[in-house]
Amino acid sequence: MSNKLIVTASPHIHDSATTSTIMRDVLIGLAPAMVAAVIIFGFRALLLTAVCAAACVIFEYATERVLGRENTISDLSAVVTGVILSFNLPVQLPLWMAVVGCFFAIVIVKQLFGGIGNNFANPAIAARIFLLLSFSQPMTSWLSVENGHAVQGVYGATPLAQIAAGETDALPSLLEMFLGLRGGCMGETCALALIIGGIYLIWRKVITPTIPLSFIGGVLVLSLLFGVDPMYQLLGGGLMIGAFFMATDYTTSPITEKGKIIFGLGCALITMVIRVFGSYPEGVSYSILLMNIITPHINRMVRNKAFGGVQQ
Amino acid sequence: MGAKIVSNNGKKTLPGVHVPHHKNTNDSVPQVMPVPDKVYISLHMHMGAPCDPLVKKGDYVKVGQLIGSSQAFMSARTHSSVSGTVEAITTMTTSIGAVDQVVVIATDGKQEVSEEVKPPVVTNYQEFLEALKCSGLVGLGGAGFPAHVKFNLKDLNAVDTLVINAAECEPYITTDLRTMLDKSEMLFKGIKAVQKYMEINKVYIGIEDNKPQAIEKLRQECANDPTIEVVPLKAMYPKGAEKVIAYETCGKVIKEGQLPYQAGVIISNVTSMAFIGEYLTTGMPLITKTLTIDGSAIKEPKNVVAPIGATFKDIVDFCGGFKEEPAKLLMGGPMMGTPLYDVNYPLVKNNNALLAFAKADVPKIQETACIRCGRCVRACPMGLMPSLIETAFKMKNIDELKALKVNLCIECGCCAYACPAKRSLVVVNKLSKRLIAPKK
Repeated sequence: MSNKLIVTASPHIHDSATTSTIMRDVLIGLAPAMVAAVIIFGFRALLLTAVCAAACVIFEYATERVLGRENTISDLSAVVTGVILSFNLPVQLPLWMAVVGCFFAIVIVKQLFGGIGNNFANPAIAARIFLLLSFSQPMTSWLSVENGHAVQGVYGATPLAQIAAGETDALPSLLEMFLGLRGGCMGETCALALIIGGIYLIWRKVITPTIPLSFIGGVLVLSLLFGVDPMYQLLGGGLMIGAFFMATDYTTSPITEKGKIIFGLGCALITMVIRVFGSYPEGVSYSILLMNIITPHINRMVRNKAFGGVQQ
Repeated sequence: MGAKIVSNNGKKTLPGVHVPHHKNTNDSVPQVMPVPDKVYISLHMHMGAPCDPLVKKGDYVKVGQLIGSSQAFMSARTHSSVSGTVEAITTMTTSIGAVDQVVVIATDGKQEVSEEVKPPVVTNYQEFLEALKCSGLVGLGGAGFPAHVKFNLKDLNAVDTLVINAAECEPYITTDLRTMLDKSEMLFKGIKAVQKYMEINKVYIGIEDNKPQAIEKLRQECANDPTIEVVPLKAMYPKGAEKVIAYETCGKVIKEGQLPYQAGVIISNVTSMAFIGEYLTTGMPLITKTLTIDGSAIKEPKNVVAPIGATFKDIVDFCGGFKEEPAKLLMGGPMMGTPLYDVNYPLVKNNNALLAFAKADVPKIQETACIRCGRCVRACPMGLMPSLIETAFKMKNIDELKALKVNLCIECGCCAYACPAKRSLVVVNKLSKRLIAPKK
């Protein structure tokens, strides 16, 4: 034999899943919500998403270039961050503001903390909160949705804001809430599309159902406890996109299933405390960010018991 | 097919990974290969002390003749697999990776059987152990643990259960399946002998449910014996790991630091057990090995009965040679097998497969950053947390590695198989064990 044999450590076969196939699945899971956003909010939604995705990829490439890191744009994680960030923005937000958000997400939150796998907070959520604090007025101007479509130039309150203000007469019906025919961030409104995408991720084993179930279940139980209408709490705000697509971010959520339950319940508690007692009508983003921060502690405290392990 | 197979008696299973089975040689009844011109019989084909040679250059040896033994308790005897003349006693690197003494025998093709070969007289436990010692048997599942040591218990009352490991969970390999289909009579003879001399009440035969033909056949043959139970196991790697099969057949947990007998159970590979039956019948020691020859570079994949000491090249030639030049040669299965540097290694007792892969089937593995997805944690049958072990290893944090119980890792490869970032988690675990081991 002329060539030398290849010698590597076992195992010699590997599962076909790679980081990029996982990210590709997340993008597929987000697709129904993208379609819903275009139907409800028009093609501006697609433009906003495309700009965010492109900006995130460019920022990722540029930062890695400057820092002398390996180019990882092919793992698609920057695209996922861009798409999720765009879903968390009002559809008519000026594009330059969205790009500033992308810069914050990729350069500050992701790359400066070490790149993929090392960020302490979900880049899209941190960027959304950054934009909310920086550009409060445009970040909380919601186009009114009437007869299934957003009306250009007419602004209104989101259902959760209406509830917080006690204006419950003008609330959309539950069916409209479920289909996403209401004011809000462009990708968060259609619960139906987000649940379809979430089920796809669970079926593909990209995520386990633990965090979505404990987050959504926690919100349900707490809204009953706090005496608010649970259906509007479940279908309103960013709960569905948060529970399926943002709280489940690998790097910033606990690694064990037990830890994930704590994480999901913690998100639910913070969300409901902000919604019911806080001055903001919505608390999903803050809840996930705060739970991201305590994730390392959950990972340290909640560990699997080794099979046959003996305490020493 | 008969009744529906209920795996693990419907009990909860330990985690693992779904690997492609590739049991291409299921129907290949093992073919005896012709005796090669030369065999290279290693004197160290087992765990423990190597044997000292009992023959010298120029000696004529016969089939089954004792050619190596050791005074050490932890050792296994070596016999000639051929008749012929000892050409040299030399050293070479064997597939275990060690440099060992090897008896090189030029064969004469007569296969004259030694006078030493006669059925042993066994009437009690001590004679049974002596017979095992004389047989040269080592654990044929892969570990190469001397059988007379494994079955030698100070207190027979401590063990009430025998688990026969017939999971054969590694992809490609089908030799244990063939044992069950072709040698079930010898298998049950071996089981009954162990039951008799070791006073064992209960025997479980654990078989992955991707082998329904074996499950059905063995169930039929032990239908009238209430002490033997065939337990189908969910076909998920690694059901054949010692701790996994003990738990999933009879619910016994082999705890940290324990040997199986301390948990009240003895675990033996199914082919080893059938060999015990054969040895008690014929007295022929362990001089041949059935192994699966498969992989994309092999012209005619099949199961082969080869004499110990035949080179892999001889064995592959018997399978029509290489279809194309192999890029990777594995001794054993793709999950835990050892890659070979050379095709001229001689066959040792605990080889159970030789896989040869063409270049197109050896994917280049690109390692990327850990994304903390937790797949390794969910895949680990031992409930360990490989991604945290990797972090602790990088920090050289010995206390943390101990707390994470890295010493319980069975190196099955599930974590690295499942990892989307293709990280070398098994290597890290092996190095971590070294790191926390007490310094000698």
